[in-house]
Parts: sequence; C-alpha cells; structure tokens
Amino acid sequence: MADVTVLAATGNQMVAEAFRQAAVDVLAAYPITPQTTIVENYAKYVADGRVHTEFVAVESEHSAMSASVGASAAGARVATATASQGLALMWEELYIAAGMRLPIVMANANRALSAPINIHGDHSDIMGCRDSGWIILFAETAQEAYDNSLISFRVAEHPEVQLPVMTTLDGFITTHAMERCELMDDATVLDYVGQRVPENPLFNGPGPVGHGMFASLGGSYFELKKAQRAAIDNSAPFIQEAGDAWAEVSGRPFEFVDAWKCDDADYILVVLGSAAGNSRVVAEQLRAEGIKAGVARIRLYRPFPAKEVVAALKGAKAVGILDRSDAFGAEYGPVGLDVRSALYGEGLLIPTRNYIYGLGGADVTLDAIHQAYAELQELAAGKLDQSLSYLGTR
Amino acid sequence: MTQTARTYQDVSDFDSWKSTDFLPGGIVTDAGNSMLYITGGWRSDRPVWDEEACTHCMLCWVHCPDSSILVKDQKMTGIDFDHCKGCGICVLECRFKALEMIPEPDSLSSEGGN
Repeated sequence: MADVTVLAATGNQMVAEAFRQAAVDVLAAYPITPQTTIVENYAKYVADGRVHTEFVAVESEHSAMSASVGASAAGARVATATASQGLALMWEELYIAAGMRLPIVMANANRALSAPINIHGDHSDIMGCRDSGWIILFAETAQEAYDNSLISFRVAEHPEVQLPVMTTLDGFITTHAMERCELMDDATVLDYVGQRVPENPLFNGPGPVGHGMFASLGGSYFELKKAQRAAIDNSAPFIQEAGDAWAEVSGRPFEFVDAWKCDDADYILVVLGSAAGNSRVVAEQLRAEGIKAGVARIRLYRPFPAKEVVAALKGAKAVGILDRSDAFGAEYGPVGLDVRSALYGEGLLIPTRNYIYGLGGADVTLDAIHQAYAELQELAAGKLDQSLSYLGTR
Repeated sequence: MTQTARTYQDVSDFDSWKSTDFLPGGIVTDAGNSMLYITGGWRSDRPVWDEEACTHCMLCWVHCPDSSILVKDQKMTGIDFDHCKGCGICVLECRFKALEMIPEPDSLSSEGGN
C-alpha cells in the first residue's frame, strides 16, 4: 500500500529524492548553480550509505556526460544534473547519448546563458539543446519536478524508447523555493520505476557488442538518424503510458499539455514551467470580468505534442506564446516557432503574438501577464500585428 | 521485454540496410567484422614483398598496425591489400630488404594492379 509523506521541500530536494528512490547505479556530476543542491543532497545519500550508487566526481560537465554515456552503454541506470553553462559544455555528448540511444535521466535547472553573466532562471540553456534528440519535460512545481523525474526513468529505459530524458525545473523559482510536496514511499517508487533491463550492454551482456560505431559514407549514418527520429516521434505513447501509470499511483494526472480552461477560451497564453501559475491567476481575474481567458501549459516539450497543443488552442480568437529564451535571428522564439508551426499544420491561422519574457530571472509580474491578455484582445480585433514582442522590458 | 530488432546480426550487407534494420543506436553484435571494412583504397604507396629475401622473422607482422601481413604455418605468405593502408612501417622494420615501397600507380605495371 502506498505510503505518502507530506513535507516542505524545494524542487532540487525532490529531484534528489526521486534519484535516490529510483536506485540509480551511476551518478556523475559537476556542481553548477542552481542545480548544485540536487547533487549535494545526493552525495549525502551516498556518504550515509542510503544508496548503492557509484558517485563519480568529475572535473567538468563534459566529463559528467561522457561518464554517463559510458555507464549507460555498460547497462547501468544513470542519472545526472546540470544547468546553464554546464549544459552547454555537455553539448557534444548530448547528441552522442541520444544517437547511441542511451537511457540517461538528467535534471536541468533551467538558467540563463552568458553573456552577460547571469545565474538566474530562464530557458536559454534548455532551448539550446532542444534538437539534440533528448526527450524534454518541463515542471511547473517542485512536486511536478519529482513526478517528472520518476516518469523519466520509466520512459528512458523502456525497450521501445531507449532515449535520454531531461527533467527540467526553472532555476531558483522551482529549484529553490520551498513548497508543499508529497513524497511516495521507497518501495512503491521502486516498484513503479522497475529495473533497467538493457538489451545489449557492454557489461554482462549476451556476447561481445560494439557501441558508438562508425557509420560514414554509404548511407548508414543517414539511416540511423532516420531511425533516431522515428524513436523520439514514437516515444509519445510510452511517455503517456508512464505518466498514466504514475498518476494511478500518485493521484496526480499527467498530460502533455495542461489545458487550463481552454475549452471555451477566446484568449489563451501558451507557457512552459513556473510562469504558468501567474498566468492562471490573471486568467482567473479576467474571467471574473467576463473575459474568457485560458492557459495552455506545455509539460512535454520534446517530442513536441503538436496534436495536443492544437486541441487546446483551436477555439481561440488569439493566442499569446510565452518564450523564456530567444532564438536569435529566427522569426520568433523557440516555443513561438513550434506552436505556430503546429497551428499551420492543422490549417489554423489563429493570430498569435510571441512574447519574450523573464530573461535572466527577470520578474514575471501579474501586470505583465495582464498586458499580454490585453494585447491578445487587440490582436483579435485586428489592431495589432503578429511581430515579436516583449513582456517586462523598460 | 520485447525484442523488436535482430539480436545477432550478419553485418556483411549493412550497406543495404534500411533504418529499421539496425539495432537501436547502431549497436553491432557481430564481433570481428572489421575484416568486412575495406580500407585498402586509402593507399598511395604499396609494399612489395621479395619472397626470396624474406627470412620470415615476423618483425613486419608484429609492427603492422592493420594486421595486413598474411601468415600461414609461421611463414609470411603475402600482404592483405584489402586492408593495407600503405603506411610503410613494414618496410622500415624489415632487416633483410625483403620489402620496399613503390608508388601505387607503378604497381599497375609491375604487378598488374590490385
């Protein structure tokens, strides 16, 4: 019988608990703000003998992901955590982990990228690796960071998936703020995540195998990249299955897109992560004034749930897309590009306005959200165009 | 656990495989397949073996980085030109002038090509 402990905890604490309960075999990591306390907490579990994990203290994030790649190829259950410049330093190994189809669960404390130097929360780091082939989940709360992290193990190691998964939470806002959280008992979690059963590991496998092979001219590289695309595209039902199975245990639902009051909404904001709360507060205030506002929060970002996003937005008169990073030189921010493409794919030419907001931890105020909803009404009335815009700049 | 791809492969025809024929991540379970990868085309110079001068001391065999010195019953029998990259280490190591390097185009006239 499931036994739940209610506690006050930060997102980082909850991710560390999730890793502990998942009985990770190898954890290689390097400290970086605002991820540090995940690994700090985990190091304490190791020191206290509460986990059997081989903890590898590496000299950089480049090495952290390299060690994770090796350990996962060997057949181990692997987790790590990073943020910002650390994630950027992992860039080449991120693609290697995905291309080698290695289950690795990595927590990312979403943070700005230099320059200028900034240690605070935004989505610049994670959006920089959105095409790396990793499955990417965004948590709104500390609770959801815990839930997503546990779901990640089950998804990554599923024999039909075999892909690395990033479980992300917004730097400081979700990593460091203390919230009411529910911690499931160890046995129930272990039963949920199960054991990794690697098909052809480097250690203790059925025979000699080669991982990370050379595939040059002759088209093998191309064919394997096509297979990799199919793998992440086809992972969606297994992600839903893993989320549903956890929902059954925890009582907390799992949806790719949390479509809050979108059914009858005229004006919808699309948002990722921690800014969803403020968006819903403002939407609720507007609804009291008779303005039908909704919030579509994307929880699964890769593979992009285009069908679910369109289902949430299809009845709207205007859609605002919030981007906590920029895709410099592109027409819009990353989420703006994704959402507009999804709408176009369904033949829906709903006017959208793409907002860059909260870069480098800049506050996302209720006033700013009000401004966005007000502009959506002007946009629907044809008084505004669809050019890239900002919330919260002077 | 379901097995969707082949566990043990014959990789000799991998050049014709479709994306769905590969194991996830391109894992290869058929050991010893580097023989199938022909690298002799990289060569610009080739070693020529003088069987009369050869004492079968095996110095070239020990040093060849591509395992291209062919040996049977403790005697050198020739050179594997499918894999010899023409590095010339065998010629450098030979104490008996039993090996010399010649430009690849010259081999067309002297040996009738490869």
